[in-house]
Amino acid sequence: MKSQQPVNSESKEKKRFKLKTEGTLALLLLVLAVFLTIFTKGFLTGNNLSNLVRQTAINGVVALGMTLVIIAGGIDLSVGSVVGFAGILVALLMKSGVPIGLAVLASVLISFLVGTINGVMVFDGRIPPFIATLGSMAIIRGAIMLISNARMIAGLPKPFLDFAQTTYLGFPSLFVVWLILILFTIFLTKKTPFGRNVYTIGSNIEVARLSGINIRFTTYMIYGLSGLMAGIAGILMTSRLANGIPTGGQGYEMDAIASCVIGGASLSGAEGTILGTVMGAFIIATLRNGGNLLGIDPFILQIVNGVIIVAAVYIDQYRKAHQK
Amino acid sequence: MSDYIVEMKNISKSFPGVRALSNVDLSVKKGEVHALVGENGAGKSTLIKILTGAYQKDAGTIIFDGKEVEVKNPHFSKSIGIHAVYQDITLAMHLSVGENFFLGELPMSSPFTVDWKNVYSTAGDVLASLDLNIDPHMLIKNLPVAKQEMVAIAKAIYEKSKLMIFDEPTALLTNEESEELFKIIARLKSEGIGIIYISHRLEEVFRFCDTVTILKDGRYIATMPTKDTNEDELISLMVGRKIEEMYYFEHHKESEVVLSVRDLTKKKVFQGIHFDLHKGEILGMFGLVGSGRTDIMLSIFGATKYDEGSIAFFGKPAKVHKPRQAIELGFGLVPENRRTQGLALPLSVKTNINLLQYKKISRFGIAISRSQELNIAKSFIQELSIKTPSEDAIVRNLSGGNQQKVVISKCLANRPKIMIFDEPTVGIDVGSKEEIYKLLEKLTREGTSVIFISSYLPEVIGVSDRIVVISEGRQMGIVDRRGATEERIMRLASGIEENSGKIESEAV
Repeated sequence: MKSQQPVNSESKEKKRFKLKTEGTLALLLLVLAVFLTIFTKGFLTGNNLSNLVRQTAINGVVALGMTLVIIAGGIDLSVGSVVGFAGILVALLMKSGVPIGLAVLASVLISFLVGTINGVMVFDGRIPPFIATLGSMAIIRGAIMLISNARMIAGLPKPFLDFAQTTYLGFPSLFVVWLILILFTIFLTKKTPFGRNVYTIGSNIEVARLSGINIRFTTYMIYGLSGLMAGIAGILMTSRLANGIPTGGQGYEMDAIASCVIGGASLSGAEGTILGTVMGAFIIATLRNGGNLLGIDPFILQIVNGVIIVAAVYIDQYRKAHQK
Repeated sequence: MSDYIVEMKNISKSFPGVRALSNVDLSVKKGEVHALVGENGAGKSTLIKILTGAYQKDAGTIIFDGKEVEVKNPHFSKSIGIHAVYQDITLAMHLSVGENFFLGELPMSSPFTVDWKNVYSTAGDVLASLDLNIDPHMLIKNLPVAKQEMVAIAKAIYEKSKLMIFDEPTALLTNEESEELFKIIARLKSEGIGIIYISHRLEEVFRFCDTVTILKDGRYIATMPTKDTNEDELISLMVGRKIEEMYYFEHHKESEVVLSVRDLTKKKVFQGIHFDLHKGEILGMFGLVGSGRTDIMLSIFGATKYDEGSIAFFGKPAKVHKPRQAIELGFGLVPENRRTQGLALPLSVKTNINLLQYKKISRFGIAISRSQELNIAKSFIQELSIKTPSEDAIVRNLSGGNQQKVVISKCLANRPKIMIFDEPTVGIDVGSKEEIYKLLEKLTREGTSVIFISSYLPEVIGVSDRIVVISEGRQMGIVDRRGATEERIMRLASGIEENSGKIESEAV
């Protein structure tokens, strides 16, 4: 075959290019870390790093589910509310005497179901995902206030509270949970037919339909998994904060979306990777952590955070425009 | 002053790894219709994009209206009077015809208010001057595609175009609509506007183009007056093959009935569609755009619902409500619009080819086998000679013909028993067309049955065993290839004549 030669050079170029997207993020992260190590005393300490990793983990878990939704061309604004919901639910269940394992399992499952309801609204109701999940965001938050009487739920069983403080092989447990879920979602997106279907739906839903892809099932699963991830994050959050907090998880959807887009996901669908999102989550968390250590005004940090999101997407668009 | 409105000389352009154009010339006189022909990938689009400022040339000069110009961006090219009409219309769909004439520079009656009277009367005058019966108050999206194209042309005329480029303008038009377009082109010509006309339909080139320039593989081949050449010569210059030879292949129709469609009806769209498809047969389906032929196929494929009638697959009634079920039964569909219905454009060639296969090539239906995925992609890239830098290349960046081959590969990977091709050769080059015809022969030899939809008559007659003729949703007749002439089929298709074609009389 005469086209053999260009095949090799092109695929190499492609690989180099891929490295460029996620590599740039890794480099940025490294630069940040080196900078903070030099200019702050507290950054490169075990205590700070494990704290950083713990905080990243909770937002990071939410972002994993969000990545799936965004790749499929959707958006899930309800995740922050689901985080709060699962966090309260697990606390209420344990308080009413349900064994820890069962309470956790039930909360995760119910979060999954709540997610699939978003899927039903999007697929069967043909409601734009932004609107559907904007609605469920408000509904779920209201439900949290009702079931908790808008009060914190304290006095949770000790083993449950200890979990967030445990380490495995030196790694904080929250990070270990996140890591497992990262591996699971990488497998899901890269290795399974389901993953391919998510990308195909995100690129063109009519093509997906004519290709015989089960769009109903896939959509339910995508939003279901987003709910499931948010549910797990909520339980982790309650364990870490030692209380069920009715306002918990508020605004988490923004962090999750930001992680995805900084990581290269496109809101028009079919683009994005789990690895990119993980980097995005780390960048956001490191900036926040570093800013605190440097004593920067948190309000200014918020501005920086916003600038980073816009800049990341701008760079991505610029890169794509010059790709052809 | 020279007679030329534009002279492009020694134009060269490279993309990473590809030399798209090398030393290409193209000169168009005022009041001349200049055809630009060549296979897909020959460099026509690149040349045009350089002229309209979408791309920047690496070398060469452009002289426009006697002055050398650097076309830096599309805005500049418009400002000097270069306009292009593409097959995908670039108008604001939700605004009125009149507003589209003035996008971005609406006339004002006061500093804060739009002079709507002026908008509609000016637009109305321009349309009327072209004998176009279009209400300037209409929203673009409510106009048929042909009228939208006319509006785009009228707008270009209003903006004092000196050079107009038509890129496959008739691809989506019916014959009548095309005629209307040709009249307008003749008018533009008489007003001294230079015209570059790109089309895969060579009969159009000979009908009204004065001069033709041929490109091949990014190189300039020749420019000549159309009266000094003919279709055969053009094709041989473009590819080196003759067109009748392309249709000439062995037929493999057998007696076994694979698919029976009985009295298929979808209210207000099509009625009483009734035919059998045999093993190894190529059943042509001819009808003008809008005749309902695509809806018929989508219904058989389960993508849209039908109201009455029945479909039997190998003698058994087939209940097909979703494309998934059709695909499982053994149907493959190469849809009419590969970009919106056939391909996941942002994804790779490999993914697109394997789209229907992922369940099958996964262990336990969960973990995709990388090696099988790669093998399937590689084997089809080789078998259909898909020109792609690699199997990981993004489908969006391939040429039309190669994109079509990816769609076909996707279906074939599923080893279908019935393949439906809906206008598979529209907008692709002669070379790829020939390869598709060869593929039809190979498929039918192996026992696959084919339904082949086309609105290009010589092609339908050339490839089909029998032809179902559709007009306004009604089946006008079934014609055997032996009795098929263009005239006979046109008479059926335009509703002048109807044969008793409901019953399939002829023996195999």
